[in-house]
Amino acid sequence: MNIINFTPVAATIGGMIIGLAVVMFFLFNGRLIGISGIAANALSEKNNRFDNLLFLIGLVIGPILYTLFTNKEINITISNSLILLIIAGLLVGIGTRISGGCTSGHGISGLGRFSLRSIIATITFMIVGILTVLIKNYI
Amino acid sequence: MNKLISLLAGIIFGIGLVVSEMINPEKVLSFLDVFGNWDPSLAFVMIGALIVSSPMFHLIKNNKKPLFTDSFNYSKNKDINNRLIIGSSLFGAGWGLGGLCPGPAISSIALLNINSITFVVAMFVGFYLVKFFKLSS
Repeated sequence: MNIINFTPVAATIGGMIIGLAVVMFFLFNGRLIGISGIAANALSEKNNRFDNLLFLIGLVIGPILYTLFTNKEINITISNSLILLIIAGLLVGIGTRISGGCTSGHGISGLGRFSLRSIIATITFMIVGILTVLIKNYI
Repeated sequence: MNKLISLLAGIIFGIGLVVSEMINPEKVLSFLDVFGNWDPSLAFVMIGALIVSSPMFHLIKNNKKPLFTDSFNYSKNKDINNRLIIGSSLFGAGWGLGGLCPGPAISSIALLNINSITFVVAMFVGFYLVKFFKLSS
């Protein structure tokens, strides 16, 4: 194991900003943030649809505002294989709805309220994620 | 007012994804590459988020009601079953393949990157399939 590109300060500050969004949504609106649930329900549930859509719009505006105010470009590196991305997207969409949460819903909101269900979900998707990268990169 | 909060919470969450670099699939894949070239940063995203949100959650949940809506509304589901494990495993596999989970994927629409948009469309098809076959938790 080699440790590379380690940026703990930016990661912690970014995490705290995410935590602030979670607290705000809970204190004012009484809901816990889980992006897979918000996105899926925005599509198919009448209940809270407008709130869910506004949240998703905010999620997209956030990076744009960041670039406008800091003048920093956001660079991402993503796979060029559309087939791989379609399979990955399907797995993420199907998996998060069957298990009722993703990195935010189980990993932050669920862990934060000490839900055993979410702790087990988070450990499971972390282990399978690590194994998937291991298989993809080294086998 | 609660509509404004929904929009603002989304914006703040999206900015957090950029600042932490969680929006970058390469960063996520290095985080998952524990046995190779490992970048542990994203563990600190979770720690940062939990330091802020967990104590506040336990304080706020004792309030009679949220400030702008009538009642608290979050999952009380405690079931630990096959669905939880199978769903989380499928999600983990997809996360490890592409390096994208739902939040960063949707936020990255802002970058107008055709690859991440393809992922998001496939993800929504996945959401719909689970709804259609009534498999959701």
